[in-house]
Amino acid sequence: MTDVLIVLAKVVLALIWTLLLALFLTWVERKESAVMQDRIGANRASVFGLRLFGLFQPFADAIKMLFKEDFAPAFSQRALHWLAPMFSFFFVSVTLVAVPFGDAIRLFGRRIPLQVVDLNAALLFVLAMLSLGIYGILVSGWASNSRYALLGSLRGAAQLISYEVALGLSLVGLIMVFPSLRLSEIVRFQGGLLFGFLPKWGIFLQPLGFVAFFLAGMAETKRVPFDMPEGESEIIGFYTEYGGLKFGLFMFTDFLEVILLAALATTLFFGGWQVPWLGAGGFSFPWGGSVKVAPWAVAALQVLAFNLKVFFFCWLQILIRWTYPRFRYDQVMDFGWKFLVPLGTANILVTGLILVLK
Amino acid sequence: MKKSWVIFKEILRGGWITTRHFTVNMVFHTLRLFGIKTRRKGAVTIQYPDEIKPLAPRHKSLHRILRRENGLPQCVACMMCATVCPSECLFIEAGETDDPEVQKYPSRFVVDLNRCCFCGFCVEACPVDAIRMDTGEIRLAADARAGLELPLVKR
Repeated sequence: MTDVLIVLAKVVLALIWTLLLALFLTWVERKESAVMQDRIGANRASVFGLRLFGLFQPFADAIKMLFKEDFAPAFSQRALHWLAPMFSFFFVSVTLVAVPFGDAIRLFGRRIPLQVVDLNAALLFVLAMLSLGIYGILVSGWASNSRYALLGSLRGAAQLISYEVALGLSLVGLIMVFPSLRLSEIVRFQGGLLFGFLPKWGIFLQPLGFVAFFLAGMAETKRVPFDMPEGESEIIGFYTEYGGLKFGLFMFTDFLEVILLAALATTLFFGGWQVPWLGAGGFSFPWGGSVKVAPWAVAALQVLAFNLKVFFFCWLQILIRWTYPRFRYDQVMDFGWKFLVPLGTANILVTGLILVLK
Repeated sequence: MKKSWVIFKEILRGGWITTRHFTVNMVFHTLRLFGIKTRRKGAVTIQYPDEIKPLAPRHKSLHRILRRENGLPQCVACMMCATVCPSECLFIEAGETDDPEVQKYPSRFVVDLNRCCFCGFCVEACPVDAIRMDTGEIRLAADARAGLELPLVKR
């Protein structure tokens, strides 16, 4: 009973964390793009005259979305049209189940890992769920029964499946280096030291793998440099026939994917919740010094470190999204098949050679 | 190969430019948030209804008719402005005055801002310097078209 309650609480907390972060990412995106372009950005939404740099803007947007007409065209296939945004949203949000937010903490004599489910093949689970996310796009295009939406969804499916290959290949090197597919094990393994001073993070073990992973992941989020499926300003995308909250779900999914990619990059390549040189008892620096830290403070620092890393990668992705113009479609395909796939393969080769020679 | 290297370099340069803008602007935003006066602002935005940029002296805004010392409009209803107006937005009705020196005055002088293109030809055409476009009134809006047909001379 208590176990069920604990899992339920963890699910609710993880969902709240994700949704709040996604909600405020819309604000961060508007503000960050504004600051990059010497503007100010949304700052007018106020509650009782309190503006707080427009922090209430996401809520205003959400309320607007809620009260819009829930429109489905007469020629659409109702049930699928209704299901497609749910697919998109579900498969992305369920992936975050596997991400460890922190080390296990002790509470009332119980050992509670700060992770919703500790799957033993979590890495494969994540990749599988990312692939299933394509169904949201395909089904939405098909159910809309509109040529533009269908073409958009086919573009999207082709792009996502191509980059699925690159994403998988970029992680093979990581699987060769790390002892387990369990994300908690992977993070724990990254607590070690390389050459006695460098944290044993994935980025130092697999720099090429990280480049391939991050670029392929950016393509998976289908945001601007790779927004073939959508192309909001020129070509018509797969959610053309959607409005109101259903469209909102698609948009929200994009932000969830940004968070997911940030969380995965953090977990796999940047040590997850590991703080450099922080062990269970406190810091022990490679240059000899050591600082004692209380166990609760260690846990708090680790959760904080995870959050900061995730924020950084969200920031980086938004920066990239607002810096680069969109690829042409053939360029997207070239980039995926002729650059990322060979890069991932070369990475596997080099990793294998080093592992054999070691 | 050489081309892809150039592309790669340019990609990095673009990222560097936006990162620099972000960082520099953030520094100034933060300094100003904590009340430290800086000469430069974090953004070039002018928050319009709250702060209004002063208009340039050569700006063109809503028309006005200058008055004589006795309060009569300086306009002599010669129709020069209505003739030169490319948008045909000036409607003048001449009236007679008691003053033999002046003879005519506009009993009605309406500018139709639905049509006006703010070219300023009327100001240049006026032989007696009676019409000017320097009221500084640029927030011209109305619920209906009739609201923008402004009588410049009150009867």
